[in-house]
Amino acid sequence: MAEAVRIHSGSATRSRSRFPAEAPRWSAVAAGSALALFGLSRRSKAGLALAAGGGLLAFAGSRLNASPTQLVASSTMQVNCSPQQAFEFWRNFENLPLFMHHLDSVSILGDRRSRWVAPGPLGSRIRWDAEIVVERPGELISWRSLPGSDIDVDGYVEFRQAPGNRGTFVSANIIYSPPAGKFGGAIARLLGKDPAFLMRQDLRRFKALIEAGEIPTVEGQSHGPRSRVVAAARTLDPDQAIRRDAGLREVLHAKRRLA
Amino acid sequence: MKAVCWMGTEKMSVETVHDPKILNPRDAIVRITSTCICGSDLHLYDGLMPTMEQGDILGHEFMGEVVEVGGSIKPEKLKVGDRVVVPFTIACGHCFFCEQQLWSCCENSNPNYWMAEKLMGYSPSGLFGYTHMLGGYAGGQAQYARVPFADVGPLKLPNGVPDEQVVFLSDIFPTGYMGAENANIRPGDTVAIWGCGPVGQFAIRSAFLLGAERVIAIDRFNYRLRLAQQAGAEIINYTEVDSVLDRLKEMTGNIGPDSCIDAVGMEAHYTGPTYLVDRAKQALKIEPDRPGVLRECIMACRKGGTISVPGVYGGFVDNFPIGQYMNKAITMKTGQAHMMKYMKPLLDRIERGDIDPSFVVSHRVPIDDAPKMYQVFRDKQDHCTKVVLDPWADGARAA
Repeated sequence: MAEAVRIHSGSATRSRSRFPAEAPRWSAVAAGSALALFGLSRRSKAGLALAAGGGLLAFAGSRLNASPTQLVASSTMQVNCSPQQAFEFWRNFENLPLFMHHLDSVSILGDRRSRWVAPGPLGSRIRWDAEIVVERPGELISWRSLPGSDIDVDGYVEFRQAPGNRGTFVSANIIYSPPAGKFGGAIARLLGKDPAFLMRQDLRRFKALIEAGEIPTVEGQSHGPRSRVVAAARTLDPDQAIRRDAGLREVLHAKRRLA
Repeated sequence: MKAVCWMGTEKMSVETVHDPKILNPRDAIVRITSTCICGSDLHLYDGLMPTMEQGDILGHEFMGEVVEVGGSIKPEKLKVGDRVVVPFTIACGHCFFCEQQLWSCCENSNPNYWMAEKLMGYSPSGLFGYTHMLGGYAGGQAQYARVPFADVGPLKLPNGVPDEQVVFLSDIFPTGYMGAENANIRPGDTVAIWGCGPVGQFAIRSAFLLGAERVIAIDRFNYRLRLAQQAGAEIINYTEVDSVLDRLKEMTGNIGPDSCIDAVGMEAHYTGPTYLVDRAKQALKIEPDRPGVLRECIMACRKGGTISVPGVYGGFVDNFPIGQYMNKAITMKTGQAHMMKYMKPLLDRIERGDIDPSFVVSHRVPIDDAPKMYQVFRDKQDHCTKVVLDPWADGARAA
């Protein structure tokens, strides 16, 4: 469990170090709101202008640096196989892009080292090299990125026998700490607003590959004429017609957006 | 090929679309010889099920001949030329649920698992020709269909049995049978069945096969009640009595039926002001389902009895009588049919002559007539009970 502790304590220090980066943001929001209130209280044209200016400042402040500096993706999935089988499939890192759809490729460089490539903005590529930190066959693997990588990644996956002879609980935790530079926003976009959701999707594909031998799909199947409105919406939001982070209401009303 | 497409609420159309392709190694392509319109297709036709998309191909009751198989399908499981009937649920065969024979709860067949997860907590299996929340798989009201996990679902059929006797193994016969099995019928029992549509008809006959002494069938259409009577059921036309509950009490000496089966589901018709309230709420989309039959089942069921729900519901209902349900010690069993558990034994029953499922067919039409038949079936015109479509009839011009 020492590895888990390492990751969790690591994430805790990073969360603390986030606070100073947020300081200018909250000062701008506070100053802007104060200005807006003061302007409104003047009840004059100049006051109104002041209020508008203050409002803009507060709004800009709220957007400043709003993207999180660290993304934690973690989830647990029951898989109908032995811990050893799940471990072996995962341990071959070249298998990971089969079920982690935000990865282009992982290539093995050596016994413990691998090179990871993910799509970045405008057709660019984000690369990092990782090394395995701890490996206990049938139990866990943890890895971390090496210095010189585009982003900082800590990964930790555990395989536990599920109670009642129901296969294996696979718990995966990956922490992405993009540097403040060019890839910060790109990684955030890549993983969306809900990294835990994406990890659950990844693990569900992992489960399907192991249990069913393939990932279910309807992409490329036959269909009748689709609506032009939907086609336009898809061009605007190519990820998915129905957003991944949509709430229940939106999911239920997806028909309206689709049809 | 030709396919029946959902183009919007109450808008169906037969379109020429691309032939299906193998997309996964465990897929097969089936050339369809017979396909049907199901009562649950009417929920889509009426626009009550969320997450449909214009251009979706409907249909989940079909059979035909295998014309192509994917690379992972072993010949002893399925090969080109096999005559098969395809179950409407899609199941991987290897997850925890498939191993427990809970085939309609398969974990690995819904590519849009996350959508159903939002609504239900966990997703049931993917279905053919249904909502995107349940996979969005192209359906079988077409000339060809792609069948995923084809080494698990399709049941091989002997030659010589006509399509009409075996096509209902794709859904309604196993659904009705499981509805009766879920009702926990013991010899001597009285079973009340709401809804004499195709699933209700099979539930009536299955209840007798499972040893029920009496079956009481409830509907509002005399032509459907007559079919129930032919199977030996007593009948109640609920539009001709003051209260179904009182009538059932009278018929059972104030004990109540041992088992109640809701073979109606979310678009139930019933009498009284609550019906109008539920109907209005459904139209306003504030109550997805109309639960009149379920409420009546709970009131009518004897204490300690069993309610089985093969009728399809989509989401939430109002005024659910939970106090009555709790205090009367009732058991309720539900679920889409676990098809692969029932198809082979029921085929054996058909071959033995225990039952001839073709009694339910009222209309045989070319696929080109499908859009009109949706409306005829929904409005119960022309004594419509079950519509079988022929994708290759002379009327269906080659596409």
